[in-house]
Amino acid sequence: MATLEIKNLSRLFGNTCAVDDLSLTIGDGELVCLLGPSGSGKSTVLRMIGGFEEPTAGAILIDGQDVTRVPPERRPTGMVFQSHALWTHMNVFANVAFGLKLRRLPKDEIRRRVNGSLATVGLEGYGERKTSQLSGGQQQRVALARSLVLEPKILLLDEPFASLDQHLRERLREEVREIQRRVGITMIFVTHGQDEALAIADRIAVMRDGRLEQLSRPDRLYRQPQTEFVAGFVGQMNLLQGAIRSNVMSVAGIDLPVALADGPATLALRPEDIALEKRGDDGGADVMRVTDFGTHLSIEVRTRCRQRLKIMAPPGTGWSAGMRATLSARKFSVYRDGKLCFMPQPCDVRPAAAA
Amino acid sequence: MSMPALRRAGPASLGLSRLRANGAGITIAALLSLFILTPLVNVAIWAFTEIWRYPAVIPQKFGFRFWGDVLSRGDVHLAMTTSLSLAAIVTALSALICLPASYAFARMDFPGRNLFFMSFLTVYAFPKFGLYITIATIFLGLGLIGNFWGVVLIQLVSTLMFMVWIPVSAFQNVDRRQEEAARDAGASPLRVFWSITLPQVLPAISAAVLLTFVNTFYETEVAWLIGAPEVRTVPLLMVRFINSELVVQYGAVLSLLLWVPSFVLLMLVRRFLGAQALGRALGA
Ligand SMILES: Nc1ncnc2c1ncn2[C@@H]1O[C@H](COP(=O)(O)OP(=O)(O)OP(=O)(O)O)[C@@H](O)[C@H]1O
Ligand SMILES: [Mg+2]
Repeated sequence: MATLEIKNLSRLFGNTCAVDDLSLTIGDGELVCLLGPSGSGKSTVLRMIGGFEEPTAGAILIDGQDVTRVPPERRPTGMVFQSHALWTHMNVFANVAFGLKLRRLPKDEIRRRVNGSLATVGLEGYGERKTSQLSGGQQQRVALARSLVLEPKILLLDEPFASLDQHLRERLREEVREIQRRVGITMIFVTHGQDEALAIADRIAVMRDGRLEQLSRPDRLYRQPQTEFVAGFVGQMNLLQGAIRSNVMSVAGIDLPVALADGPATLALRPEDIALEKRGDDGGADVMRVTDFGTHLSIEVRTRCRQRLKIMAPPGTGWSAGMRATLSARKFSVYRDGKLCFMPQPCDVRPAAAA
Repeated sequence: MSMPALRRAGPASLGLSRLRANGAGITIAALLSLFILTPLVNVAIWAFTEIWRYPAVIPQKFGFRFWGDVLSRGDVHLAMTTSLSLAAIVTALSALICLPASYAFARMDFPGRNLFFMSFLTVYAFPKFGLYITIATIFLGLGLIGNFWGVVLIQLVSTLMFMVWIPVSAFQNVDRRQEEAARDAGASPLRVFWSITLPQVLPAISAAVLLTFVNTFYETEVAWLIGAPEVRTVPLLMVRFINSELVVQYGAVLSLLLWVPSFVLLMLVRRFLGAQALGRALGA
């Protein structure tokens, strides 16, 4: 149970700026996911919170107390490392028990808590195994158990489920979420899996080149990406370069009313926000490829201006490659200079006229 | 052959390849024993021989007469004491100096680090004996020739190789993330060293200590160059026996005696660390 406050945090490695003036406040018992491309500074942020990397500038506060210069062993944080970092000369039990032994707990209690923790991650009975005798996923789960057993106030997870299969990943994700709710741990969770972030996070922080691009609730992040980068990074998005002339943005054979000054702009359309209409004549676009996912069809079309778009359609709508269609947008947003500058309210959206 | 490869190969070729591997193994083992064991067996037989005249394949008379002779000699006692204390002191001093140094080399960054580290290497790039001669002339001026501590000093130089290189690579091989994870779990830096770092480098350090001890114990040329004639180690005494008295048995008995300390050490290390860990440490 703790609040975490990060103020203007920066970290330089030589000339590369791994983290650049990052500010972030995380509430008590909140689960925040850090999302971003490889090398965007997620691990570095986590390592600074854990105390393994000294910030070049800025401050870190836990429950209002400045811990910027406090060594890791005296911070109320626990970290699950990207590389597991299990102690290879100890068996699984000793790995999980190490922190408890340091706290001088009675033997019985250590045994009880270690076994409980191993059971939580589905590894009961693995205590005597050497760490080298575990699969990658099992090692990750031991690393998770090792941190969970200490019940830290703030748990930092650096891609903890990277080498797990889908089922185990979902199960453990739920387990972590459950523990988080029950114990009320504040969590920061680094992940490459957007689905994972959208599924468990209270809020998602998207990072790019060491800077925070957007911090919002998952639904808002998906529906109202504030920057072009976030729009392209989170979920599927068709980003089309075009121009606005006399309050009309026309791109990919779609004309959209946009109340903005003339000039270049980027149109962002979610695949599910594009409506397709069958048309015999030469209007619209060619259907290039149709993939049936069961729950929906994923359709790739090419417009007359040779722009490719991904479109999602309900199953059983009978689309196939070679057909012709006209497009209309149910919902869209417009970015200029990388920033969101136009997004009609849902009630404003009118079906756009076909070309 | 690795397990998956074997599995792919199927049952038919499995038996064959195992047979082939065994055949090669047996050949190698046989050749090795021929080269290593023949002289050893020869020495061992001589040590217990009282009479062995030319055409006989085995000695005419076995016995412990020469053991009694050798062990009752004052110079043998003295040489044993000298050799053991020399090896022990050199090893201890070397560990005291080199182990912290190797930790510093592996983990810390300080000005001149690489230069300093390379200087260890260059010592070994020189022809060794030339280097020792140079040192000997310096020692002569300092009155360290024929002096026990002079021998200790120069032996110390020749142990740097094992006591710096092996531990440095061992310290470098310890995963920093593992140490961080221990800090994270609440361990102080000292505790991390004790519980995480040390156990992982211990096999390598034991190997380095063992090599240092054994090397110092058996070293002859430097001991002779610096120590002669006052400081007399067992190997030097053996050389003199062979040169002057031509009693084969004296040499043989001393050889067996010399072999005892290193064998005991090797067994101890094996016992505590296991052959596997030792191999891994030396391979690292
Ligand atoms: N110890 C270091 N020395 C030099 N540069 C570093 C160091 N650690 C990280 N960096 C650099 O800082 C940047 C951010 O790295 P970081 O590990 O935080 O990325 P990440 O977002 O966690 O990436 P990934 O998703 O691949 O794990 C990268 O450009 C990386 O090269
Ligand atoms: Mg990372």
